[in-house]
Amino acid sequence: MFLINCPFCGERDQSEFSSGGEAHIVRPKQPTELSDDEWAEYLFMRKNIKGIQFERWNHVHGCRKWFNVVRDTSNDKILSVYKMGEKPPVNYK
Amino acid sequence: MPNYRIHKTEYIDETKRVSFKYDGKTYFGYEGDTLASALLANGIHLVGRSFKYHRPRGIVSCGAEEPNAICQIGSKKDLTEPNVRATELELYEGLEASSQNCWPNVKFDIGGINNFISPLIPAGFYYKTFMWPKSFWKKVYEPLIRLSAGLGKSPTEPDPDIYDHKHVHYDVLVIGGGVSGIIAAKMAAKNNLKTLLVDDKKILGGSTIYQNNEFIKIDNKLSSEWLKNEIQEIQKLSNLTIKTRTSIAAYHGYNFLLAKENLTDHLPEEKKQNKIRQRLWKIRAKKVVIATGSIERPLVFNNNDRPGILLSNSINKYLDYYGVTCGENIILFTNNDSAYETSISLHKKGIKNLIVDLRKSASSELIKQAESLGIKIYFNHVVTNTFGYRKINSLEIMKLSEDGNTTVGDKIKLSCDCLGMSGGWTPMVHMHTQSGGKLDFRDDDQVFLPKENSEDQISIGSCNGDFDLENIIDKTVNKINKFLDIDNQDYQDTNIICSKENDKRNIWLLPNKIPLGKTKCFIDFQNDSTAKDIKLALKEGFRSIEHVKRYTTTGMATDQGKLSNMHALGIIADTAGVKMGTLGTTTFRPPFTPLTFGTLVGRNVGKFFEVVRKTSMHEWHVENNAEFENVGQWKRPWYYAKKGESMHDAVQRESKAARDSAGILDASTLGKIDIQGTDASEFLNRVYTNAWSKLAIGKCRYGLMLNEDGMVYDDGVTTRISENHYLMTTTTGGAANVLSKLEDYLQTEWPELDVYLTSVTDHYSTASICGPNSKKILNKLFPNLDLSDENFPHMSFKEDKLENINCRIMRISFTGELSYEINIESKYGHSLWKMCIEAGKEFNLTPYGTETMHLLRAEKGFIIVGQDTDGTMTPSDLQMDWIVSKKKYDFIGKRSLYRSDTIREDRKQLVGLLTDDPKEILEEGAQIVSDVKSKPIDMLGHVTSSYFSPNLNKSIALAVVRSGKTMKGQKLIIPMENKNINVTVSDTIFLDKENKRLNA
Repeated sequence: MFLINCPFCGERDQSEFSSGGEAHIVRPKQPTELSDDEWAEYLFMRKNIKGIQFERWNHVHGCRKWFNVVRDTSNDKILSVYKMGEKPPVNYK
Repeated sequence: MPNYRIHKTEYIDETKRVSFKYDGKTYFGYEGDTLASALLANGIHLVGRSFKYHRPRGIVSCGAEEPNAICQIGSKKDLTEPNVRATELELYEGLEASSQNCWPNVKFDIGGINNFISPLIPAGFYYKTFMWPKSFWKKVYEPLIRLSAGLGKSPTEPDPDIYDHKHVHYDVLVIGGGVSGIIAAKMAAKNNLKTLLVDDKKILGGSTIYQNNEFIKIDNKLSSEWLKNEIQEIQKLSNLTIKTRTSIAAYHGYNFLLAKENLTDHLPEEKKQNKIRQRLWKIRAKKVVIATGSIERPLVFNNNDRPGILLSNSINKYLDYYGVTCGENIILFTNNDSAYETSISLHKKGIKNLIVDLRKSASSELIKQAESLGIKIYFNHVVTNTFGYRKINSLEIMKLSEDGNTTVGDKIKLSCDCLGMSGGWTPMVHMHTQSGGKLDFRDDDQVFLPKENSEDQISIGSCNGDFDLENIIDKTVNKINKFLDIDNQDYQDTNIICSKENDKRNIWLLPNKIPLGKTKCFIDFQNDSTAKDIKLALKEGFRSIEHVKRYTTTGMATDQGKLSNMHALGIIADTAGVKMGTLGTTTFRPPFTPLTFGTLVGRNVGKFFEVVRKTSMHEWHVENNAEFENVGQWKRPWYYAKKGESMHDAVQRESKAARDSAGILDASTLGKIDIQGTDASEFLNRVYTNAWSKLAIGKCRYGLMLNEDGMVYDDGVTTRISENHYLMTTTTGGAANVLSKLEDYLQTEWPELDVYLTSVTDHYSTASICGPNSKKILNKLFPNLDLSDENFPHMSFKEDKLENINCRIMRISFTGELSYEINIESKYGHSLWKMCIEAGKEFNLTPYGTETMHLLRAEKGFIIVGQDTDGTMTPSDLQMDWIVSKKKYDFIGKRSLYRSDTIREDRKQLVGLLTDDPKEILEEGAQIVSDVKSKPIDMLGHVTSSYFSPNLNKSIALAVVRSGKTMKGQKLIIPMENKNINVTVSDTIFLDKENKRLNA
């Protein structure tokens, strides 16, 4: 069970959070301009990385804030936590 | 009665005699005994029958690894417990236990016949046999398998015991209170770290606590005496919490561990009353020290499973800790030094014993000591067979060949009444691997050892493969200093004297002159799998250890293969000619020992099982005979049956009253989200499919919300309360998810929008009054409110006061009738409801539940998200193209509405269905076809909603059908188990297509 450091509330048990999948997938500003394939890329395609993954979490049973997490999916270690809108840390690639 | 308790020990209180029943017969033991030690003291070895062959089985061990001595405790329907290990169960006055898996009794067991037909039941017997004929499955094979499956009997009534949960945080958790765990806990606590030490036994000290060999000394004291001092010292440390009778069940990521504390299992019946039985500790530790020790391995030879054959070290513990000898003429069969400790202990108590050692020779201090005591040792010998049905009475040994692959020379027959086996030691790496740690293999003594850690944890002592005392203490101190980053000098000058093992020889499957096929060399005692089974599995092509395990069921019993997994691996490696270290292990899964469901559930039973949400009108519904339906966590009135009415009767009456005069529904459970901010209108534009900018203040609008994939997600009416203030309603079940979804978009995609969302579902209660007389009732409640269609038209909103309390009134309709929803602060909900009922009396205002609501809306063809949709329906599929704005540039899901898949014309689409026989009511979920003759039958869709409409006096249904939009008027068939029902595709709106009733 993860211990997640919510950037607004501090360390809390995983049971207070819900996961929102891969981060930094920006909703296209002009969806109507996109082909089916381009839209499908946004809608369905996820990297599902074994290793360092950038993902979104929501402190759903807490402050209700969404934020970003860098997690190594091979050992579940959370390497970094940062707010929405902030730039992802560069030292993880 | 024989008495095998031959001396007093400090752990057995001989002043406190305890009586207990085993298999219906009364015996005596003492306080401090386990059930196993008390049985052995009474000379009882035979405690059960094996699972498959029903062979007599005896106590093998003294701890959690016990495969045989598992018993049924108690006989009460609610309290009886199966599969309890007698080796761990502390004896108490009045304990009733019985053996399992035998009938009529353990001494004469009918199933024992399986032993004689065992050549007919090899590995995979069930897979191979119960295959044909197919017709035999249901009537013959399944009942047969069910009859012989399982071990003990489950309780058949609810568990009356109390269980508890506790959350704790520590700097350091030490698992295991043996010598290394005690040292680690002391070092941690003395260095100002908040420490928890847990041990599954009644007292701390592990196997050192009963050690009394003068060749093993610490600071010139017996190691047990030295350790007792240490225990006294740590008990004074204020930083240290010690929990005995507490076992770690699971080690999860982020150093989150579950421990089970036994609080009353050792108490007599009357003292258990009203106390918490077991407590589940949920532990978060910054650092974890694993000191779980090791367990002794059995040896694999012919007939190694007879009662009276135990692990050598267990014989030692029964003797030195419990004062009980397992026999009077004992043979120890070993491949390592530890059996010599047992031998010397036995010798000291005057118990005749001798040693059979696989090794060609050995030269440690212990061996010299045994030799000097005159104990007979057969080096380079192997046990090839044992004899005695209900208990061992003799055995045969033979000399090993040079390479150890075969036996040579003549058989020597030796008589005995007990055999101790020692095949070396297996470090308990369960916790390490559960935490995500990897393992290394040490060829020397063939053990898996902790290697890499993924958590902040460390293994010390024999679970780390350190077996002699000097090694254990030195390494523990060094590793703990480093691990905790401290500099503890307490053990700097500790002087340790112990014997060092120099010689090793391990043979996983011991050689025998008898062909393997005719031997019974057991690997897994509880599941009865033998060396032969493993070899057969390999011969049949199984290679992966995980497959061999499942095919032979080795390691799959309640002991999870604590004694058997290593041997299975070893034999596979030997047979396949590969290195054991390269095979890997099967997965060590939690829990380490079985847990009761009660412990896991804790206090969340009965009415605490799940949160129940009730509206403020709930009591009225109860008083008025409502049947309730669970909608999410909410209790919603389903229907209100009058005396003698069935559900069908009640729903027909309610539906009719709502259309003929007036009905009232408790709509408080609908999700309500308060939306405020200067960009609220723009926000609604983006989340709903229709346009919102032009909605006037005081007006309401129905909205459909999609997922980004274009599928309908939720719907509801939103009211514009003021310029920058809206009240959104959602489906009852979808409220929380909708709020999360909206927050997601606001926070991540559109942070520039000035919008604030607040859930107000619980803040308002809602009474919805519908029907032609609803306006008259409203008028009685709100005499000053102008209810004229001009002032208060359909889809609009007014505020007024009811006895000085503010109400929000929306004229909106989910039934197609003229209809008003009155919202009031929740605390006044009950009063509002009663005032509505009172005002409606003269108009036969009839309370109706969710079933009638569903019927009424179906008559109007209104969808219910989640009933008529299933996450694969677009607005167009629902024939709701009218609600999708063509003008808006974007909204959630818009782009998906013209993907190649969503514009397909043969998607499943919502239609109405009318049965040819108007009395026939379709089953929801029933399949729809057009032709039952051609096979395979093409499934076109299914029924989503179906009712008998009293207002139309016929059956109506909604359904999703492939290309349904184009099928109006077509005949379709609903094939049921015993008939085909003919239906005709119709419009989805069955009643009042012109919406005249809204303004009636």
